[in-house]
Amino acid sequence: MKYMLLIYNNPEQQPAYGSPEFESMMAGFFAANEKMKSDGVLVDGESLNEPHTATSVRIKAGKTETMDGPFAETREYLGGYYVVDVPDKESAIKYAEMIPSATFGTIEVRAMMDYDPAG
Amino acid sequence: MSTTTPIAINKAIEHVLRNDRGRLIAGLVARLGDLQVAEDALQEASISAMSHWGRSGLPNSPTGWLMKVALNKGIDRARAVQRDRKKADQFMVISASHYETIDEEPIPDDRLRLIFACCHPLLEEKSRIGLTLRTVCHLTTKEIAAAFLDKEQTLGQRISRAKDKLREADIEFEIPDQISWPARLDSVLSTIYLIFTTGYVNEDDSERDLCAEAIFLLRLLDRLRPDDPEIEGALALVLLTDARSIARIGNDGATVPPAEQNRTLWDMHKVEEAREILSQAVLRGRPGPYQIKAAIADCHMMGIAPDWKQISLLYGSLWAHEPTPVVALNWAIAIAEIGQPEVALTKVEALETDLKTFQPFYAAYAAILSQLGQFDKAKKMYEMAIQLSQNSANRNFLEKKLQKLG
Repeated sequence: MKYMLLIYNNPEQQPAYGSPEFESMMAGFFAANEKMKSDGVLVDGESLNEPHTATSVRIKAGKTETMDGPFAETREYLGGYYVVDVPDKESAIKYAEMIPSATFGTIEVRAMMDYDPAG
Repeated sequence: MSTTTPIAINKAIEHVLRNDRGRLIAGLVARLGDLQVAEDALQEASISAMSHWGRSGLPNSPTGWLMKVALNKGIDRARAVQRDRKKADQFMVISASHYETIDEEPIPDDRLRLIFACCHPLLEEKSRIGLTLRTVCHLTTKEIAAAFLDKEQTLGQRISRAKDKLREADIEFEIPDQISWPARLDSVLSTIYLIFTTGYVNEDDSERDLCAEAIFLLRLLDRLRPDDPEIEGALALVLLTDARSIARIGNDGATVPPAEQNRTLWDMHKVEEAREILSQAVLRGRPGPYQIKAAIADCHMMGIAPDWKQISLLYGSLWAHEPTPVVALNWAIAIAEIGQPEVALTKVEALETDLKTFQPFYAAYAAILSQLGQFDKAKKMYEMAIQLSQNSANRNFLEKKLQKLG
């Protein structure tokens, strides 16, 4: 079963460069990645550029409208994700706990839909 | 920087390591003298890269950066370890002098000595395979364990014991001298060849193709030590075998022997390359078992049918190098093919004690018996072979043969 671990963070909450917390966050990401890889569960993982670089696309009355940035009011943004292939949600949560952002943001664990009409 | 930039940096580091990990480890081992220390140092350097590259972007030469930082970390770590050990002073001199001479570019390729250490005759066969795949090819222990039907934990312990053994025996990470070269090379080539054959008979399509890893290792050896006819022979052998890999199992899921394969499925680029490498090797005038085996593989793929006469002669010369029961068995098969099944039968019957758990023995025995019209005994032998078969393609092939006997 594949799960997407969506990483929501508020950039203001993240540790500052050079601080011991920053070093341990970086080491924590490395360790999480190593663990997911050596367990053979890591399918994918990407960082996203900051929200202000985003463009929102909508079609209104047949016309494409684009706008800068997302509309969300919230201070936490989607910053990146991992996809892990694990037996159950419990295991997915274990890997989510390893992501350092969990200490100053939120990791959303979502099962990916496996749609197979053949059953 | 966004809060999740570490994932991107991590990817960049992984990319560098995917291409250069073997070279980095080899270079570190050559200077630090210990595989475990080298691996730990590279790990520490990678974590350090997470912070530094996150701050200032990728360095000019990421590989050079990792080498330099890992070397610093390794020397620190080695000093700590050395406190408990005797050779401390001697070691410091070596590592310090090496350290002075290291430039950012180019990093010397020390993988040859690493391969020779991983395949040291002191280590058991399985340990050699595990250590080589882990250290030089960068497979995870999980991937290696899956390919060799081992438990991950068992394999991890095996690899770490092998590292300890290299350390305790004071194995130098050096290219063997001329006197020990043939024996040491033989150990390297047999390890790589086993990696190849394991990949070739594996039925599940695992993510890492062991055949491709073995070809990579042999190409690397050939590049680092050009002009060695046995390395060339081994490379030609695996390329010829690999060229037939799509044709080796028929639509009915049964193994197809080379003589009956659909030749249009063969990868002729690989065949041509192998033939070129082999003829170059033969011109060097130093024959050896891998060159002969490659020549035999080539004879199987000649013209419209295998050249059994030539194959039988080649097994005769292989016998001079490798007087093993398996070579004797294959020789007997060739003799049966050139119309002397009685001679072949005598040869095969003499091998029964040595090969009584070897599936190809029963398959060959059965084929020769049926050629001589001894169908009842042939059936029994096919049944034995089927029992000993470890993959379904071979089992299907043998069952077809058995059914033909009625």
